[in-house]
Amino acid sequence: MNYLRKILAIVWKDIIAELRTKEMFSAMFVFAVLVIVIFNFAFELRGVDRVREAAPGILWVAVTFAGVLGLNRAFVLEKDRGCLEGLLLAPVDHTAVYFGKMISTLLFMLIVEAFLLPVFTAFFGVNLLNLRLVLVVILGTLGFAGVGTLLSAMTAQTRAREVLLPILLLPVAAPVLIFAVRATAGVLDGLPLSDIARWLELLVAFDVIFPAVAFMSFDYVVKE
Amino acid sequence: MTPAMPSGQAPSAPAGQAPAVPTGQAAIRARKLTKAFGHHVALRGVDLEVAEGEFLTLFGPNGAGKTTLIRIIASLARPSSGTVYVCGQDLGKQATAVRRQIGLISHNPLLYGDLTADENLRFFARLYDLPEAAARIDAILEQVGLTSRRRDPVRTYSRGMVQRLTIARAVLHDPAIMLLDEPYTGLDLQAADMLRGVLQELAASNRTVILTTHNLEQGLEMCNRAAILNRGRIGWQGRRDEVDLDGMKEIYRDVTGRS
Repeated sequence: MNYLRKILAIVWKDIIAELRTKEMFSAMFVFAVLVIVIFNFAFELRGVDRVREAAPGILWVAVTFAGVLGLNRAFVLEKDRGCLEGLLLAPVDHTAVYFGKMISTLLFMLIVEAFLLPVFTAFFGVNLLNLRLVLVVILGTLGFAGVGTLLSAMTAQTRAREVLLPILLLPVAAPVLIFAVRATAGVLDGLPLSDIARWLELLVAFDVIFPAVAFMSFDYVVKE
Repeated sequence: MTPAMPSGQAPSAPAGQAPAVPTGQAAIRARKLTKAFGHHVALRGVDLEVAEGEFLTLFGPNGAGKTTLIRIIASLARPSSGTVYVCGQDLGKQATAVRRQIGLISHNPLLYGDLTADENLRFFARLYDLPEAAARIDAILEQVGLTSRRRDPVRTYSRGMVQRLTIARAVLHDPAIMLLDEPYTGLDLQAADMLRGVLQELAASNRTVILTTHNLEQGLEMCNRAAILNRGRIGWQGRRDEVDLDGMKEIYRDVTGRS
């Protein structure tokens, strides 16, 4: 319970800071919208069938790029202002810092996605607003934030962090993104839940594996 | 204004947390401490003991290993080999409990610029599980003279105000051990005067203090023991009353080869 309270304290702190500056939300949202606009112009998607084929990939590319932007800032802001040391000095199991930052990142990404899905629907004419897709988006984003937060903490200690994070993150997060695209395509194709269940199960597996790996390794990542 | 420090006694520890420092026990005991960053060896077998209530100033040139030593004691870095006991607890095994006993002031404020002073202190109070946090925050903001600016974001503060809030954050949980890593770096005269006042109060309280600096005059002002760290080794240590500033300058030159 005490552990949970400290995680929530970190989430509360991140939300207050973000509400005050809106730096992360605006950067992620604008970037994701730009990605959608560029794809929209580049492929001149007009036919319904072609849109359906491309839509899951475009959606997750936009989410991934926006997520990388958010993750880059998550620990860099802590590191640049020396605040990460303040967190690590507190009598808190360091994994609480990981879970706090992961939940904040997840929340910010989900909020961006909540605004992004209607924009995507408007641009591509594909209705993304249904409950099964929401489930896919939540599971995919959770896996992405899980591994991304760990790698963000790792790369924040390096000089080339902005470059290093996507280079490390994209290959590691690739399974999550592939399963998320497959599940999204299944939902858009109107497949029954049983047909997309295996992709959802794989997403759930990665949603558990990544935080578990972080739980075991985070202390080594953040300590010199 | 010089902020008055809290009681100076180690905070009474709730069940399952680190106990207060027992009388007569070394507050910090480091044995054969080494730390390497790749091929660079920052600490080479440092043995250091700091008694409860002692004020130790650690001198040394840049790159001597002072900050590395402080970071290891604060459990921010892991030694390559050797052991550290803080308040009788093994830092390698009981780091979370040990951290409750430690306050750190460095040249980094460790504060969130987008949060107000009030929010910063409330956040750290939650992390430290402080009972009656609101009253404690009110009192400490009053002591550091920031009550009227408590609802302003820290990024709007002057350097001196940030330093005062840094001190408030460091002593918020009433730590038994204060680590001060080059705290004078970048301070203007007014802020340095205020920090000197804080150090005087720390020295007068029963806290164990380690101050690192390369400024002999500032470092000798309040300590009751001094040591010189050079190239990762303790090159000299002695009692403050056995050496004056000129003598210290000579020893420092002999040990480090620099004036």
